[in-house]
Order: sequence, then C-alpha cells, then structure tokens
Amino acid sequence: MVRVKLWGSLRSLVDGQEFVEVEASNFKQLLDQLEQQHPALKPQIKRGVSFALDGVIYRDAWFTPISDDNEVVLMPYMVGG
Amino acid sequence: MPLDQNSKRDFKVIGKRVLRPDGIDKVTGKAMYGADMTAPGMLVGRILRSPHAHARIVSIDTSAAEALKGVKAIVINADLANPEDEFFADIRDNCLAREKVLYDGHAVAAVAAVDKATAKSALRLIKVKYEVLPHVTDVDEAMKADAPVVQEGRADESAPAGSSQNVTSHFEFGHGDLDAGFAKADKIIERSFKTAATHQGYIEPHACLASLGSDGRGELWCCTQGQYNVRTICSEVCGIEASQLRVTASEIGGGFGGKTTCFIEPVALALSRKSGKPVKLVMTREEVFRATGPTVSSSTDVKIGMTSNGRITAAQAKLRYQGGAFPCGTVEFGAQAAFAAYDLEAVQTLGWNVMTNRPKEAAYRAPGAPMAIFAVESVVDELCQELGLDPLETRLKNAARKGTLSSYGPTFNDIGLVATLEAAKAHPHYTAPLGENQGRGLSCGFWFNFGGNTCVSLNINPDGTVGVVEGNPDIGGSRASISMMAAEELGIPYEKVRTVITDTNSLGFNDVTDGSRVTFAVGLATIKAARAAIDNMCERVANIWGIDRDAVEWVDGAAQPAGPNAGSHPPMSLAEIAAVADQTGGPIAGHHEVNADGAGVSFGVHLCDTEVDPETGATKILRYTVFQDAGRAVHPDYVEGQMQGGSVQGIGWALNEEYIYGDDGRLQNAGFLDYRVPVASDLPPIETVILEIPNPGHPYGVRGVGETSIVPPLAAIANAVSRAAGVRMTELPISPPKLLKAMSERG
Amino acid sequence: MKKLHISTSINGDEAQFICAPDETLLDVLRDHLGLTGAKEGCGTGDCGACSVMLNGRLVCSCLVLAGETEGAEVETIEGMANGDDLHTLQRVFIEKAALQCGICTPGILVAARALLEKNPDPTDTEIRYWLAGNLCRCTGYDKIIKAVQAAAAEMRSV
Repeated sequence: MVRVKLWGSLRSLVDGQEFVEVEASNFKQLLDQLEQQHPALKPQIKRGVSFALDGVIYRDAWFTPISDDNEVVLMPYMVGG
Repeated sequence: MPLDQNSKRDFKVIGKRVLRPDGIDKVTGKAMYGADMTAPGMLVGRILRSPHAHARIVSIDTSAAEALKGVKAIVINADLANPEDEFFADIRDNCLAREKVLYDGHAVAAVAAVDKATAKSALRLIKVKYEVLPHVTDVDEAMKADAPVVQEGRADESAPAGSSQNVTSHFEFGHGDLDAGFAKADKIIERSFKTAATHQGYIEPHACLASLGSDGRGELWCCTQGQYNVRTICSEVCGIEASQLRVTASEIGGGFGGKTTCFIEPVALALSRKSGKPVKLVMTREEVFRATGPTVSSSTDVKIGMTSNGRITAAQAKLRYQGGAFPCGTVEFGAQAAFAAYDLEAVQTLGWNVMTNRPKEAAYRAPGAPMAIFAVESVVDELCQELGLDPLETRLKNAARKGTLSSYGPTFNDIGLVATLEAAKAHPHYTAPLGENQGRGLSCGFWFNFGGNTCVSLNINPDGTVGVVEGNPDIGGSRASISMMAAEELGIPYEKVRTVITDTNSLGFNDVTDGSRVTFAVGLATIKAARAAIDNMCERVANIWGIDRDAVEWVDGAAQPAGPNAGSHPPMSLAEIAAVADQTGGPIAGHHEVNADGAGVSFGVHLCDTEVDPETGATKILRYTVFQDAGRAVHPDYVEGQMQGGSVQGIGWALNEEYIYGDDGRLQNAGFLDYRVPVASDLPPIETVILEIPNPGHPYGVRGVGETSIVPPLAAIANAVSRAAGVRMTELPISPPKLLKAMSERG
Repeated sequence: MKKLHISTSINGDEAQFICAPDETLLDVLRDHLGLTGAKEGCGTGDCGACSVMLNGRLVCSCLVLAGETEGAEVETIEGMANGDDLHTLQRVFIEKAALQCGICTPGILVAARALLEKNPDPTDTEIRYWLAGNLCRCTGYDKIIKAVQAAAAEMRSV
C-alpha cells in the first residue's frame, strides 16, 4: 500500500486523516484509487494536482512508478510566472 | 533525466559569456515586437472599457457606431464562443464582459475601423446602459459576510461555510503540534502585514495582428510568453480548431508572467472574422494598467515562536489574497512557500483566495511567494532584533536542508539554502560598516520551478551547421543558452548553431515560457535531441567503417573508433558526416518531446543596505547583493541578469509600486508617472553571487533561475528600513509618506 | 480633419509624409514611415522607449507632434549604425549583455549616445540620472550602466 500525504485542507474531506493508503504502482492508479475510495477528493483532483515523490515534484506524469517505500505527497497543481 | 555521471566534466561552451544571436536585431531596431507587424489592408482595433467598478450591463447600442464611415466591425461578448471549461469562459468574460462589468477598465465592446481616429470616434458612439452595483476592492472587506458579491456561485468545496461568496477557495498546509511548539518559545511575535497589488510592468503593451476567415482558418501574430497557450485559449474562446489557427510569437518586450494569458487576441480574431480583414489591436499603457493582470494584493498574519538562543519552535501564517474579479489560484503557492526556508517541528499556513472588483490577476514571477515570505521574514528579523541574535546565524540555525520535512509536505533532498546562506555570511557586504540612519536587511527566498511540456527538433544541415527549433519565446537570452547546450552536446562551436522559436504549426505543443522552465526543460530536450542525432550519426559512421554501432563513440564533435578492437579509422567530424548524409540514409536530425519533471526548487538570499531620510521618509538603497543557486549557470550574464532584474522588481514592490483605488473603485494611477517603477537613478549596482549546486534532475545540473530573485527583496528592504528607521514597517510599499508617518509616531 | 504635408530629414535622408494634426512623431515614424525601432511603451513621455533626436536634442517622440517637425532633422535608432558597422554603444551593449527583452534598448541607446556626446566621461551617477527617463524592467539597469561606461571608455581611447 502506498501512503499518500494530503495537505491540510484536504484532510477534512477524508475524515481528518493526514495520510490515506491506496494500492497503486503508478501515479495514475494512485489518482484513480483516491477518487474511488475518497470521492470527496474528486473536485480537487479534477482541478489539478501535482505530487512529490521522495521530494521531487511531478506535475502530471501518470506513469511515474510508485512503490510502498516512496514518500508520496499530494500538492496543488504547480504554476509559474 | 538525471544529472550525468560525468557532470564534473570540463565544459567547453557552458559557462562562457557568448554573444546572443538576436543582439544585432535588438540594438539596431530591426527586431519585430508585437506592435511592429503590419498586414496589407489591415484595420485598427480599439476597445471600449467600463468606467465603473461593478455594474450590470443593461444594454449595448452599437447602431450609431456602426453607421460611422470607416467602421468595419463591432464585437461584444455574444460574438465569442461558449467554452465548457470555466477556465476558458473566465478568460472570455475578461476579454469582453458578459452581463456585468466587474472592474474599472473591464472591456465591454471592440471596434475595427480604417484608422485609429475613426476607431476612437466609434467608441464614443457606442451607448452602454449600466446599472451601477456596490463594489469592493479591499481583500479584508471582500471577505466580510455582507460584502458586495463580485460573482455568485464561484466558491469551491474548500471555501469555509458562512464566509462571503467572494472567498473562492481555502488551503491549509503544515505539520506538528503548534500549541506545544509555541509553549516552548521564549519569545513569540505576532504581526499583521499588507502588500499592495503590483503590475509586472513590462515595457511592451500587449499587441497583436489577427486574421481570421469565415472558414475558421486564421493567422495570429502577438507578443506572448506562449504561442501554444494563445492558440488553445483563442480556439476555445473563438470557437475554432487549434490546427486552423497558426500563432506566431513576436519578439517579446517583457512578460514576467503577465503574458501567460490572453486579453486582446480573441477580440482581434473576432473583429477580423466579422470584418473579413486583418485587425491590429494594441493596448495603451493605461489599458495595460487597468485591464491586464497585476499580481494579488495581500493581507497576512504571521506568528512565530523562538527560543532565546534562536531556534524557531512553531510558526503560523494566515494569508488572504485577492486576485481580482475571477477566482484565482495563487494563495496556495504563498502558503506552501511561506516557511520553505525553515526546518520546523510545528508549522501551519492557512490561505484564502478572494475575489474583488479589480482586474483579473495574472501570474507575476514566483506567483504568490513574495508577499508570504515578506511577512515571515519580517517576523524572523524582528525576533532576532528582540532577542539580540544575528539574523544570518539564526537563519542558518533554522535552515532547511537535505532531510528536512518541508513546511509544504515533502522531505527535501538536495537543496542549496545552507550554502547560499554561508556565501552571504562570508561576503564582505555582511560585515561592512553602517552609518547613521542606515540599516541592513536580509531575507531568504524560495520558489518551486517546474519543467513542463517541451518539444525540440534539431537538424544537422548539409554544411555541418546545426539548426535548433523550439517553441518558447525568448524573454532574456534563452536562444543563446539553448544553442550553447546543443553546441556543448554535439561538440561543435556555439557559432555553428542557430536556435529559432517557431510557430504553433511547426512543432508540437510547448508550455508557456514560465515557471523558470525554459533553460531547464528546453535545454534538457535539446540535449536529448542532440543525443538522438549523435546516435544516428554514429550508426552511419559504423556502416561506413563496416563495424558495429557499439564500436563507434562520439568525442569532441566527431565519431571515432571506441577502443582498439574497433580498428583504425580517422575520426569523422560532424561536418564530414553531414556532407555524406545523402548517401548514408538522407537528412540527419534528432528530436525530443517531453513533459519534463525534476526542475528542482530554488533558494536565494538577499542582503540590502538602506538609508532613510528622517525629513522626507524617502529610502535610498545603498548596497544590494544577491546570492542564488543556479544549479549550473549556462550563460552567466543572463543568469546574473535574471537575479538583478528580479531584485529590482522586488525593490519597486517594496518601496514604490502600488495599485491605488479610490472610494469609487476606480484605479487612480494607471500610468508610469503615478505608478512608479524603479528608474536607474533610484538604484545602486546590484551585485550577484552565483552558486552552482547541480540539480540532480538535469544532465548538466541546470536549475531555473528566473523567479526566485523577486521573492527576497520585499523583506530584505523592509528589514533594512525597519532597522534604519527604528520602527517595524509592515505595509508595502514603504512609500515616503508612510515611512515619515511611522517615524514621527515612533517619536 | 485636413492632413498636413511635412518635409523632414530622417537619419540624413529627406523624408516627406502626410499626417493628421494630432498625430505624433512616433505615430508617423512607426505607422507611416516603417521605422518601428522607436517603441511606444506609454505614449505619455514616461518610459523613454520612443527616444529620438530632434534637431540634436533628445526627445520622447510620443510627445512631439509630427506637424511640428517641418524642416527638422530627426535621428532614430535605425540611423545609429553606419551600414554594417555598429556604433560602439550598440556593440558593447551586445558584448556586455545589457539587454534582456530588448524593447527599451533602442531608446536607451539613443539616450546614451546623446549623453556621451555631451559628456564623454560621465560618472555612474551621471549616467543613472541621464537615463532615469528610460525605463527598463528586465535588467535592473546594472549591466546597462556598465555597458555605457565601457563604451564611453572605448570611445575616449580612439
């Protein structure tokens, strides 16, 4: 199981949990599982999320492999100027 | 794409200060910017704008204007398409108001006529009937439950119940037990801050030349940070297919994030479609101020606890950003960046995005970060003052480093903050003596950076020269950097490479020039494209020599036998291989397409000395030094240029620049005379110290440098002024009347 | 509105144009004569991007009515190089990376040349005050000041 860290304001949508666990081997599966198990997260995922994998931020990249040993943190979709 | 194992190799081109390829065009006036293009038979477009901050459009009567001789087309919102996606619908309704005007300067209608004078006369003949509505322009006022509602039903599920509908979203980040942390503190300081909205202030107003036929085929020339993004937006807003709209980016006269969206291009296309003629639309400076994207204004509370020996025990920030008349997504980046420089056991940031009757915010260099970090770094500085601590040592003591759990969630890997702080500490600036009414300020800064969608095509020409085709407008010398990386990888002289930026129909999709991404991501794709071409060339040489591909290697711009078993063959240079391309399989090229990740976050530290004038409240910057990690400085001149330019924009933000609204909700300073950006005589030299801590996500170690430099100046200057004046300044800009008042109240 | 017929000299060549009484010299240069090197950054004389020389005097061409230029001598950025031989300031601006986006560059070069003609050996402060009417948003001015100094030194030595 991959342990996904959620930012503070998402936690209220998943009964206050800071971490949720999903079965996933890449980012796409992770998003699908999050939407399926926690439908309240759907609107934010639809608006866009980035994720940090062991400290490296990825903006999209569905097929980035993820394993149970990775630190996975959900982040708002990255922008710039 | 990871850092090369041989990244410590001796670079031949990278790090040199070569001449930029567009230099002569730009010093002779030949370079073509947005407003410099013309087309035969073109019309002139002009836009009618709202004089009200908030009003319902009861009716628009264009009949008299249409009857004016020389008027060829008039368009309003109804002439645009109906995109499903709210993101595009908002841009459409910002380009031409739908039902309501939402801010002073909001576009209502547009005219195309045979000349400027006729177009201006036509605008005066358009009769718009308004029902004026109550307005709100201040972020704190807009959050109140009884505030005038800018747009209804725009809040998402994160917006707190019971607040005004102007609050569109809410974010929270952080970790640890705040109460326990604050309990451990010897000193807690809690302060509120405000920053004014500032404009990107590019010297080139938005300009475009559009031609669109009734068959939906179009050509668009415009100044933009991203021609592909313009194509996407215009296709949606005008109801045409992306393949049928070719967008060519002109040379761009500055952007800084402000040219990452559209304000006039869909309008020009609609006017062209209706009139059947090309239409040129150029904004005036007043229009740029009133109706293009400034950054957010902010209101912030920060609370930090510290032990008497300088360790931060807990930190909290509450950030309220107004992004104008449409929902914005900016506060989340301020909330993530606020405490990024610190290793904290307990930290929390809360942010609210708020709508007001102001122009729709556009990105501005590290969007959302400068105002948050200004507040945090001000409180850290005040704690150091109160506790008698050295501000640099204190930052070093609390600095985030490899293994630190960042305030925004992930654990940092390799970051350069400590090295940057150490460089500042070792610099003579930090210990130089100060005189009366003088103060020294210091601030850390942080930005994320990203990579993004990128295509590069690299062609080996028959004469042994190389053409690189990319799709990102060159704002500050990137064509030179891209050519340098191609030359480095191919092992040929820089002068043999020419990089061009192409139109939307000649290369796959590219993200906008933003996020400090171009040298990183386009560079990465260029290196990959060069490697593909090298592989192809090595294969041809292997065939010529009758040996295996693996027995050929690329060294110093030539194929050579790899080891003694490959046989004895004189090296074949790129030019020699190019010369026989016809006989060895045809044209040689390499290309690469990627959505690049691994950009690597960036830290900077700024040191600033100021002198305040007790008689006038004026602040003079005496000395300014920037320390920043560039990963690898491909072209040091242009890395320094980014560091200097961002710093000076930050200096303007700290001392002078602000959007000033009257009680009537109208912008009072829509011009460079009253909105004062820094001029040469305001400034000292901006010294730069480039650190090179390779980014593990790029083959040469490159890290984006464009945005971080605007983050530290706000607090560096506020801290310097506060120390010089003996009073803590918490509102930006620190304009002379504000400082004079604060100093006189201090007594 | 009846138009005016004006005869001037631009970069040493005779130029005639027809303009409306309310058109500026900048409008005429850019829209009628195809000389787009001078830029309109503000239209109110605040940014200096439209700087040209009018009868030997540095002006914002957006503040000069075209109708006033009868018989005048106008020099623009397009006349600064001698054929393919760049003016020292132009060459040094490229060498010292004194431009990023380049939109302010023509105006700054015209203004800097005017300074060095008056004062071949200016201090940094004198350069900064002389160029205070030319806004640059990209560079923070640092490399511009250094380039003007380097060009001035080179021009003094020949």
